[in-house]
Amino acid sequence: MKIFLKITFIFIIISSLISSRVIAAGEQQELLKVDWSFKSFFGKFDRASLQRGYQVYTEVCASCHSLKHLSYRNLAEKGGPEFTELEAKAIASNFEVTDGPNSDGEMFERPAKLSDKFVMPYANVQEAIAANGGAYPPDMSVLVKARKGGANYIYSVLMGYDEPPPGMELDDGVYYNKYMYGNKIKMSSPLDDDIVEYADGTKATVDQMAKDVTTFLQWTAEPHLETRHKLGFRVIIYLSVLTVLVYFSMKKIWSRIETKV
Amino acid sequence: MSDHEYTPKSKVGKWFNDRLPLLTLANHLTDYPTPKNLNYWWTFGGILTFCLITQIITGIVLGMHYVAHADLAFQSVEHIMRDVNYGWLIRYVHANGASMFFLAVYIHIFRSLYYGSYKSPREVIWIIGMLIYFLMMATAFMGYVLPWGQMSFWGATVITNLFSAIPLVGESITNWLWGGYSVDNPTLTRFFSLHYLFPFLILGLVVLHIWALHVPGNNNPIGIDIKKPSKDTVPFHPYIVIKDAFALLIFLLIFAFFVFFSPNILGHADNYIEANPLVTPAHIVPEWYLLPFYAILRSVPDKLLGVIAMFAAIFVLVILPWLDTSKVRSTVFRPIYKQFYWFLVADVLILGYVGAMPAEGLYLLIARVATAYYFAHFLIILPFLGLKEKTTPLPLSITEPVLGGSADMAMARNNSDFKEKL
Repeated sequence: MKIFLKITFIFIIISSLISSRVIAAGEQQELLKVDWSFKSFFGKFDRASLQRGYQVYTEVCASCHSLKHLSYRNLAEKGGPEFTELEAKAIASNFEVTDGPNSDGEMFERPAKLSDKFVMPYANVQEAIAANGGAYPPDMSVLVKARKGGANYIYSVLMGYDEPPPGMELDDGVYYNKYMYGNKIKMSSPLDDDIVEYADGTKATVDQMAKDVTTFLQWTAEPHLETRHKLGFRVIIYLSVLTVLVYFSMKKIWSRIETKV
Repeated sequence: MSDHEYTPKSKVGKWFNDRLPLLTLANHLTDYPTPKNLNYWWTFGGILTFCLITQIITGIVLGMHYVAHADLAFQSVEHIMRDVNYGWLIRYVHANGASMFFLAVYIHIFRSLYYGSYKSPREVIWIIGMLIYFLMMATAFMGYVLPWGQMSFWGATVITNLFSAIPLVGESITNWLWGGYSVDNPTLTRFFSLHYLFPFLILGLVVLHIWALHVPGNNNPIGIDIKKPSKDTVPFHPYIVIKDAFALLIFLLIFAFFVFFSPNILGHADNYIEANPLVTPAHIVPEWYLLPFYAILRSVPDKLLGVIAMFAAIFVLVILPWLDTSKVRSTVFRPIYKQFYWFLVADVLILGYVGAMPAEGLYLLIARVATAYYFAHFLIILPFLGLKEKTTPLPLSITEPVLGGSADMAMARNNSDFKEKL
């Protein structure tokens, strides 16, 4: 078994190598850390927070940021915000999509259905860039996975708006953000207290909304996170039991010849 | 293969075996005499076979849902992650499986370096192994391009651009590789095609690798030639099979931990951003398993020489059996080489570290020293050390560890009567 200590040791060296790469590459300020409910082995989403997060997304972010990999049906699926099917249908029907061609060969508008993808705020990338002063508001479907620091990074940027330090000149339409790469961001602070009104009575502080929308974006990036954690736990238990059984079988078999394994 | 006689018991079996000796092969594989003192570093051969099969199976399933097109690839990967039943699991196993595959292959290679498994009569096994390793790197590199994220695109651009360093024809070769004037859809489709092909080439080489192994038989931790079968060996089944299974399970526990609880830690965040030829990422870094070579590449100021150095770093391993002049295989009996061995391990880890860092200032200096040492190890230290080093006495057999009087010897002698017990 000594050998496994060595393997573990090498394993630790390699993983520390990898993590050091992550740390050393981030020159900017250390991110704010939140004790997310979806972290850890048994991590799950806070359902109410996901629903509130969807509200923040749709009322605030969605005017510029798309969620092009999601469909309205996802909102009612297990492991997500878990709106009821009726609620999800109602949400979808608020949006208009172009369908067709119909039997006359013409395209037509209709309310969105559960099977439709989220409607995008802009027709194309060029329009999005033109409407946002030359900066493309990134699609948010996998944004959490596309940024070092993940959920903490998104949360930090939302909370990181501040007055620029003296001596720092900012162009028009550029804002100071403590956690953004280079400290400059082309998005103005999107959240203000009570910018949305939560149906469940939760007070809509900037901090609360930032947490909710980040939770929501973690789900859009990893819609199967809960299944993954649950299945992972079972797999680890199964493998551990099997490992113990095989270990004793091995000891038994090797006891026929007196060489230690 | 060893030329032992085997006759199947059943009539049908005999009839079939006379026409295609599959049963003889199966019998050879079960009885294959294996040194009984193999330690856990020897279990990585089985683990690697498992890794290859896993990559092939998950890869075939991914191939059913993936679309190799510059406009659709990223989206199809998200389709796999979201809508394909357990698609997230299959993709995370495949992506982390590549890292686990390399982790295992590095341990396997360094095992070989420590116990001198590359030396006569096992040079061909070693060379085939190096071919496998080379193909693995090519396969992994092309696989990383397929999701068509930012690192995919820019990694492909950097690596394929290396060929433009070749004098005169460099540019033509690069354009030929790309299928155009930049990395684009034709590059993606051919990478997909080759990424599907190479694992099967690897599989073929693995068969040759094992075949070549079964001619001289396994090396062992004390590196001496042993009689086979003898009291120094055990039949492959059940002894080695169960031990390999145990080690594989431990390996799978680590594997499962990555897949289920940290599936993206080994990847790069930028690869979840769709490829954009107009935006270059701040740092373009390859996957961790290619970093040492990346460091060597960047440590040479001249582009062409850098490329040559990188390929030489692999080629020097191929000719290793002739660079190491020592007749003694196992490092156990080579006190001075043992120190250099660990220097080399540290050197490669350092190269991997600086490979992930920007190539400037102190990092660049460290990379240059480490690169120089890497080549010095193989081209200067090994040839000379083999001639000069005073090795400690070799035992005559595994059951009698040290000739003359080791403390274990009496015990070893008493214990060596395993045959009667079988």
